[in-house]
Amino acid sequence: MRMLPVLSRLAWRYLWRNHRRTIVMLGAISVGAWAMIFMTALTRGMVDQMIADGISVIPGHVQIHNPDYLDDPSVSNRIALTDTELTQRFGDAGFDAWASRVRVPAVITSERESRGVTLLGIDPDAERTFSFVDYDAVDGRFLEDPEDNGVVIGAKLADTLETEVGKRIVLMSQDPDNDIADRGFRVVGLFHANMEVYEETYAFVGKRTAQKMLRIGDTVSEVVFVGDDYRDVEPVFQKVSAAVDDSVKVSRWTEVDTYLGTMLGVMDGFVLIWVIVIFLALSFGLVNTLVMAVFERVREIGLMLALGMKPMSILGQIIIESMMLLAVGLLIGDVLAYVTVKPLESGIDISIVAKGMEMFGASSILYPKLYMDDVILSNVVVLVLGFLASLSPAWRASRYEPVEAITKV
Amino acid sequence: MNIVLRLAWRNLWRHARRTWLTIGAMVFSNTLLVFMISFQFSMYGLMIDNTLQVFSGHMQVQAPEYKDDQKMRQVVPGVQPLAAQLRKEFDSDTIAARGWAFGLASSEERSYGIGIYGVEPEFEPRVSNIPGLIEDGRFFEQNDAMEIVIGEVLARNLRIGVGDELTILGSGLDGSFAAAVVVVVGVFESGVKDIDRNIAEMPLGTFQDVFYMNGAGHQVVIMAPTLDDAPALQSNVAAFLPDGLVVHSWDVLQPGLKQAIQADISSAFFMYGILVILVAFSVLNTQLMSVLERTHEFGVVMALGMKPGRLGRLVMLETALMGLLGFVLGAAAGALLTYWFTVNGLSYPGMEEMAANFNLPGRVYPQVSILKTVFGPAVVFLFTLLAAIYPAWRLRSLHPVEAMRTN
Repeated sequence: MRMLPVLSRLAWRYLWRNHRRTIVMLGAISVGAWAMIFMTALTRGMVDQMIADGISVIPGHVQIHNPDYLDDPSVSNRIALTDTELTQRFGDAGFDAWASRVRVPAVITSERESRGVTLLGIDPDAERTFSFVDYDAVDGRFLEDPEDNGVVIGAKLADTLETEVGKRIVLMSQDPDNDIADRGFRVVGLFHANMEVYEETYAFVGKRTAQKMLRIGDTVSEVVFVGDDYRDVEPVFQKVSAAVDDSVKVSRWTEVDTYLGTMLGVMDGFVLIWVIVIFLALSFGLVNTLVMAVFERVREIGLMLALGMKPMSILGQIIIESMMLLAVGLLIGDVLAYVTVKPLESGIDISIVAKGMEMFGASSILYPKLYMDDVILSNVVVLVLGFLASLSPAWRASRYEPVEAITKV
Repeated sequence: MNIVLRLAWRNLWRHARRTWLTIGAMVFSNTLLVFMISFQFSMYGLMIDNTLQVFSGHMQVQAPEYKDDQKMRQVVPGVQPLAAQLRKEFDSDTIAARGWAFGLASSEERSYGIGIYGVEPEFEPRVSNIPGLIEDGRFFEQNDAMEIVIGEVLARNLRIGVGDELTILGSGLDGSFAAAVVVVVGVFESGVKDIDRNIAEMPLGTFQDVFYMNGAGHQVVIMAPTLDDAPALQSNVAAFLPDGLVVHSWDVLQPGLKQAIQADISSAFFMYGILVILVAFSVLNTQLMSVLERTHEFGVVMALGMKPGRLGRLVMLETALMGLLGFVLGAAAGALLTYWFTVNGLSYPGMEEMAANFNLPGRVYPQVSILKTVFGPAVVFLFTLLAAIYPAWRLRSLHPVEAMRTN
């Protein structure tokens, strides 16, 4: 151990003895490290945004439904508890945000066209913080309270229906007795969303208004809860599960939208594979450099051994050399990644492929995200694998027979 | 054998381990490139084929604004005669007429708003895979049968099955109230939830009666023999069409599909680019070393009369030989790896959920092709040569006497 300072100094000097080789290798490591982190930041940004968007539409991290609702989202499959009871149970339980809502399939008809939509009866104040609709950016106005008599639809749907703020439309669905339940509404606002499909799918009305129209009294289709962190929804899930019985099903967002849930795992896997692939491509150069470095100073190594340096010290010195090379290269790569990602964090406009991104479930502005965890992961993976890759050349160097090595030309 | 070539070959093996390590970097990248590119383009092919086979076809004849608005009144008049004419003109039976309307489908218990296609019973199975995906019951045969086929999720949600009656309500072409009672004769399962939940098909004749279409429809779907034949066919069709109708290609009908592929290609090629650059660094390092350590030797041969240009060519030739080895071994390894998956199929955790979004199967069988096998390694080879330019170029300024002094 006390040899460490000397060995480090030796290693550092050896590194710069053949500065061209070191610089080329540093270039390769920096580019590799930069690419690892940069690419990871892009994908993370995309997936984060996808999940954030997806969750805001689900919405929430945890939901409760009638056990049959997810398979058959009909008005018959409501939650057994009344809205008043739900408020009692969850009102003071300390959730960051929660809301109960009516959610049924419906048909919307203007004077000219009809389309199928999802009718959402909501309490606008309860959902303001986590709704995918920015209330303040609505053309016209958003709903004001659960008794509001107006309807807010997406701008794209309004185009299709050839309707606008101030005009009337009819919403038609069915009541629990399978009779048609319909009602005329005045369009009070048009909302805009990141994805066109949302603008086509959802129609918002007041919760009380929807309950009256569907003749379902004081009941709702779903209750949604938002916690602190979408990656860790267990605390919310546990808390909600504890407050209800078997008459309802509690689901995490990963179960409600399996595509999004899978994406999260797939992306974690992708990051690791990408880091390892880059490292492998680098490793050939790294090992090559070390082999060369050992080869060109066989005589010196022999001399050191003859003078009594321990083989372990030779081994240590080569490994330190390799680690230093990697560390400096990684540092440069990290800094490069930081300075290239930071300016892009305000968003990269890729609306040129907006429709394609929509297929992935992503919006057309990409916000790269630099996570400390990813940076650490890539650096650690490179150092650990780099250490393993240096073992063989270093071992070889430490095994030289002093006399043979000195006399080698 | 040419003397320079022989020299280059021998020089390569003076440091066999170094040469193999450099070639190893190439083989690694080439294998990966061949496999990834083959896999990726097989996926795109599947995505395109599967998506187009559902509804869009390779191209569609429509009224000009229909693509953007999909409104009832943007019709193709006399759609069946037009489709028949097209079939005759282009001697093809993969051409079919369709109508589309939005309607409310009600069973005894439930009502859902759905999209209803009116299709030609005889020709629809040749342009779309939906008729072939019927799990239960059959497709309709008569153009005026009061029959309908619906998606599997829709059947479940409506709580009906084959043989049950379904009431369709909607509005006709002239805005009047349209209603019909039809019998469910088949239930299809495409595996894509949105389609299985929202779509029904009925015979075009029945559709035209129910929605007062007066012989009109909304689209004529055309499948070319292969995707590559589509552009030529499209321009012929465009020339044949009467005024007031247009023909859109698949990438216009499904802009998302093409853009998703473009987005994927650009991110994938960024990654491939990085791999290629890393290989280039590796080659640069090796060749720089090999030139530097031979300075003395180069001085001697130059003193004996060898021109610096020839030395430069020697270094380039060494690199090219190395690159060629990497090319051949990498391409072969990549093709073999791909072929292994051609036989066994490839799947990874999470792929099924993702695949369902893009009309893909849960297991993919990538195909080996010459172009996909050669493309990646060729780029690597090119960059290998580029990387050797600097070491080779350095030799130009070498002075024999000084060079011989270095040791």
